[in-house]
Order: sequence, then C-alpha cells, then structure tokens
Amino acid sequence: MGYTLNFNLIWRHFDKLSGGLLLSLELALISIAIGIAIGLVLAVWYVSAGRIVRGVIAAYVEFIRNVPLILLVYLVFYGLPTVIDIAYSAQTSFVATLALYSGAYLVEVFRSGLEAVPRGQIDAGKAIGLTPWQRLLHVRLPTMMRITLPALSNTFISLFKDTSVASVISVPELTYGAQWINFNTFRIVEVYLVVTAMYLVTGYALLFALRLVERWYRTAR
Amino acid sequence: MLSQIAYALPFLAEGFALTLWVSLLVVVLSLFAGVILGVGLVYGPAPLRWAVRIFSDTIRGIPILVLIFFVYYGLPAVGVHLQSFWAAVLALTLFKTAQVVEYLRGAVASIPKGQSEAAMAIGLTFRQRLAYVIFPQAFRRFLPPWINGVTDAVKGSALVSLLGITDLMQAINQVIGRTYEAMPLYILGALLYFAVNYALSYASRRLEQRFAFIRE
Repeated sequence: MGYTLNFNLIWRHFDKLSGGLLLSLELALISIAIGIAIGLVLAVWYVSAGRIVRGVIAAYVEFIRNVPLILLVYLVFYGLPTVIDIAYSAQTSFVATLALYSGAYLVEVFRSGLEAVPRGQIDAGKAIGLTPWQRLLHVRLPTMMRITLPALSNTFISLFKDTSVASVISVPELTYGAQWINFNTFRIVEVYLVVTAMYLVTGYALLFALRLVERWYRTAR
Repeated sequence: MLSQIAYALPFLAEGFALTLWVSLLVVVLSLFAGVILGVGLVYGPAPLRWAVRIFSDTIRGIPILVLIFFVYYGLPAVGVHLQSFWAAVLALTLFKTAQVVEYLRGAVASIPKGQSEAAMAIGLTFRQRLAYVIFPQAFRRFLPPWINGVTDAVKGSALVSLLGITDLMQAINQVIGRTYEAMPLYILGALLYFAVNYALSYASRRLEQRFAFIRE
C-alpha cells in the first residue's frame, strides 16, 4: 500500500488526454461514416442478390466478426504494405481498419432492418406506382433507419471504445495518451482513473444524446 | 518462406494453446462470478443491487484495453503483485463477468412474473423457486448469448499480447520479427482465431434454434 494519489502531473499533461479524446471521437466518427456506407450498400445488395454475392458478403461479415480487432489493425498496418504497393499513416490505416470492421457489423444490422420492413409498405409503394429505386429510397430505407437506429447508436459507442486499439500502432488517441503519462510520470493509478472517467462520461453522454435522437426520430412522424 | 513458417509452427501452436487456456480460464471464472453477481443484481438488497449495477456499467463503459492496462500497471502500484498472466486473466475476467451479469439479468427478466408467483403460491422457498422454476427456464435464454459471447473472451485475449504474454497474437508478431513474412502469418493467425470463434458462434446459433420452441 502506501500509495498517495497525486493528480498534479496528470493535469500538467492533460493536453495528451484531451487531445487524445478528441482524436478518439474523430476516428470513431470517420470510421462509422465509412462503415455506414459499406454496410448500407452491402445490405441492400445482399437482400436482392443471388447466392454467390450473398456468399461473398457473408464471408466478409463472418471473417471480420470472428477475428480480434488488434489482429486486423496489425494486418492492415504492417501486413498489407508488404504485399501491395501502398503507403499510409498509422491513422489512415486505423480508420480504414475500423471502417471495414464496423461495416461488417453494420451489414448485419441493416440487413435485418431491411428484412423487418413490413411487406405491406413495399406493396403499398408498388400500388402507388413507385419504381424499385423510389421504393428503396422513400419506403424501405427510411423505415429501416428507424428500426436500426438503436443498434446503430450502440455500434457507434462500441466503436468509440474500440479506438483504444489504435494505441498499438502509436496513434495518439486517448489510451495512447494514458500510456504516455503512465510511462513518463508513473502516476499510474491516477491516469487510469482519469481516463476511465473520460471514457465513461463521453460514452454515456453519447448514449444519452443518441437516445434523444432516437426518441425524436420515432415521434417525428 | 514456407519452410520458415513450418519451422515456426510449434511455437505458434504453443501461443495458440495459451490463447485457448486464457480464454477457458476467463470463461469459467466469469461464469461463476457473473452468475453470483447477476443473482445479486436481480434478487439482492438495494445496496448490493446498486454496487453490481455500478460495477457492470463501469466495466462495460470502458475499453477492454484500458481495463487491462489499469489492472496490469495499477495493481503493482498499490502493492498487489500478480504475474502478468494472472493480471491479464483478472482483467479479462472482470470484463467478461460484467457481460455474464447482463445475460443473466436479461434471461431472468424474460421469465413471466406469474411463474415465480405460482411457485410462491405452492409454498416453495426462495432457493427452491430459483432451482426448480426460474433457473431451468432462464437457462435456455441464457445459453445462446453466453456461448456467442465466449468469442468476445477469445478475441479480447489477443490484447494480452501487449503485456508481453506469448499468446497466439504475440507468437505471430515474434515470428514476423524473425522472418519478415508479415502477411502469411497474419492470415494464418486470423484463420486460427476465425476457426475457434466461428465454431462457437455456429454452436450458439444451433442452440438457439433448438431452444426456439420456448419462444412465444
């Protein structure tokens, strides 16, 4: 025992943590934006595709979901550049990985959402003479969005937490900032207490905000 | 290139075995801890319920990586010295326990209230109600998500490589450090993790189908 808490050094280096938190949020936000695009395209394609395309999409989804994120991060950052002629920063590489990662989870979310759109709505769309594109854009996607919004918020929050893995390729996000302070000041317990609080407050604030958005979206129509 | 990888295979196999061993320990320990805390959350007195709720929401609200570093670097600072292996198992168990608590709470909450009222009406004690009425039914709802969640323990265990523990992830990185064959080894590693986790999620889907008849 005999450990006395002393937060002075944490506050002196707090820019590492505050900057890290902003970068974590930025990484999560860019990744989910790309992930949503991947998920939407593949989900819409999946529900109307033949067996082969379905097999390929399912293989992508199952592969990503069953492999640890840290391995995917290493694979994209250290592995890919050895076989294809490509160069990118750690940050770009991580965003690409997390986007592919979230895309796989979101394909599943959107696919089940699309399948949950009531048959009657699609028939009604046909009855008033909408083309398949119009039905997708004005009938199926809006209904699907409302169904999948809670799952989408959950995915975003878990992505925010997953950005901590970026620290293994030295992207200076929040966990990296914590490690830096840990190794340079040895105020170990303090730094992880502060970082835990920062993840918790941000995560639950996001959750609260997203739940409000969901409520508004549900009652708006 | 292939011969180099073949040469490293026994080393990788050891790492793989360690990954499985860590996962197994975590899964078993968290099952016990999670079920006990979960029963506390559902049936316990208010202070216990609050404590478990705070524990679960805190653990689930932070990244596993932060939890692992906190336990690994934090415990020695306050005078608790664990081998890195056990620090890793402890951190992953905490993470997994919070999940098990939520599975158990969900499973018990899904059993209609009439069931325990009927059990009370025929004079069963609290323990009898749990053992003969609630748990046998809740078990069916608990099992599929729990098995599916085992994949989280296996995937999470890859993070212990950062503590210098030679699990599959660390073994792969070390072999790459010697052979510079990054891509084949990462793919081999991915396939090994995939094989374990896919088998688990397949089992969970099958169980869910089998137990589906209880669904309304």
